[in-house]
Amino acid sequence: MEGAHDMGGVAWSGPVAPEPNEPVFHAEWEKRAFAITLAMGMPGGWNIDMSRFAREDRPPADYLGMSYYQIWLAGLERLMLERGLVAADEIEAAKPLRPAKQVAKKLTRDGVAAMLHRGGPTEREATSPARFAVGDRVRAKAIHPPTHTRLPRYVRGHVGTVEMLHGVHVFPDTNSMGRENPQWLYTVTFDGRELWGPDGDASLKTSVDAWESYLEPA
Amino acid sequence: MDRIVLIIGQRAARSFLGTSAISLKSQSNSDYPNRADRISTSPEYFAYPSDMTGHDHDHDHHHDHDHSELSETELRVRALETILTEKGYVDPAALDLLIETYETKVGPRNGARVVARAWADPAYRARLIKDATPAISELGYAGRQGEHIVAVENTPQLHNMVVCTLCSCYPWPVLGLPPVWYKSAPYRSKAVKDPRGVLRDFGFELPDSTEIRVWDSTAEIRYLVLPMRPAGTEGWSEERLAELVTRDSMIGTGLPKQPHEVG
Repeated sequence: MEGAHDMGGVAWSGPVAPEPNEPVFHAEWEKRAFAITLAMGMPGGWNIDMSRFAREDRPPADYLGMSYYQIWLAGLERLMLERGLVAADEIEAAKPLRPAKQVAKKLTRDGVAAMLHRGGPTEREATSPARFAVGDRVRAKAIHPPTHTRLPRYVRGHVGTVEMLHGVHVFPDTNSMGRENPQWLYTVTFDGRELWGPDGDASLKTSVDAWESYLEPA
Repeated sequence: MDRIVLIIGQRAARSFLGTSAISLKSQSNSDYPNRADRISTSPEYFAYPSDMTGHDHDHDHHHDHDHSELSETELRVRALETILTEKGYVDPAALDLLIETYETKVGPRNGARVVARAWADPAYRARLIKDATPAISELGYAGRQGEHIVAVENTPQLHNMVVCTLCSCYPWPVLGLPPVWYKSAPYRSKAVKDPRGVLRDFGFELPDSTEIRVWDSTAEIRYLVLPMRPAGTEGWSEERLAELVTRDSMIGTGLPKQPHEVG
């Protein structure tokens, strides 16, 4: 979907403002929002692409008007509401109003290190050969899916060169709807002027990681 | 000479904040009034909404507020944690450990050790460039948001920079959680189009002849920049070398410290 999250190349954003000696978290609530989001992944059972879609699928003014962890929180609330893990009136009342749903797993303190160490690898076994090879010229398709995608707008329709193959990985566009549909994943590199026109930086090369179905031969 | 360092540092970036803070104040948002840390900008730490701040850091924001008044967001987070705990979905002790892990154990010092070893040990460097995930795992760093890592090496001809234009993808096991600027609109929009402008925001420039290579982390591959080893560090131990490695030098928005900066 073409939400405000797809920011590559937009011109309205101003200078980058690094913060000297930045703390990991800026407020106590950010720590708790971060931790409950990580912890709820286990009983919630959603995957990373469902989480990303729950965060990015909101009106641009809302997305841009929230801080990072407010977006996380809004995404988490949506995932839990959709699955009936909590209800809106419970959040309003700040306490449970009905019994918990049965959940398969819960993150315990003893399980934290193993959960973090395990992570969520997305590589899967290849069942077909890769369509493209390093050095191939490919075009990023001019697609406009209304649902989750990881093909940013600024490369769509542009021609680049395959620079790396990463094996076969879970495809986010369908994984966000519960189907892994693994595909070959490539790093595709674009010249600055291909992306940004004759005034673009001639010394710039920008790459995205693109699944096979995002690409066509050029 | 392969790079020019302007001694502007972060003061320059800081001076821009005044204007952006003013323009932001004029945008009202009924749910989040006066939020100056919204994602569309970097943090205005001097104007960070007073009701959102913790008590344990030393920015020069305003402290003339009543801490008993909790913001809507703080109340909502408390409500959620209460509900999730009482329903038995989360264990508060697990939450504490998650926070402690990323505040004290997993951070850019991990990545600095990887870089220092690559500088000191050519065989390790070769393994890191060939397949970074197992090479990094040799030092004990692995897992969430670092399941598939690629290390990209700076040279006198090539400077690498890493971004995630779509969200905030970042190699957690080696760098920890991303800083606010990395997740903000200015960086996410500008890095892929005008990385030299980004470097100027960080206070340095590279010669026009240096190729700039920007990696947009759109999948689950995470990128770690291997910066160039500073001159004058021959014979240094890995521990000393690691002190030169800054977080930003591993993202590509900074350079390692020079030997005289670490004493």
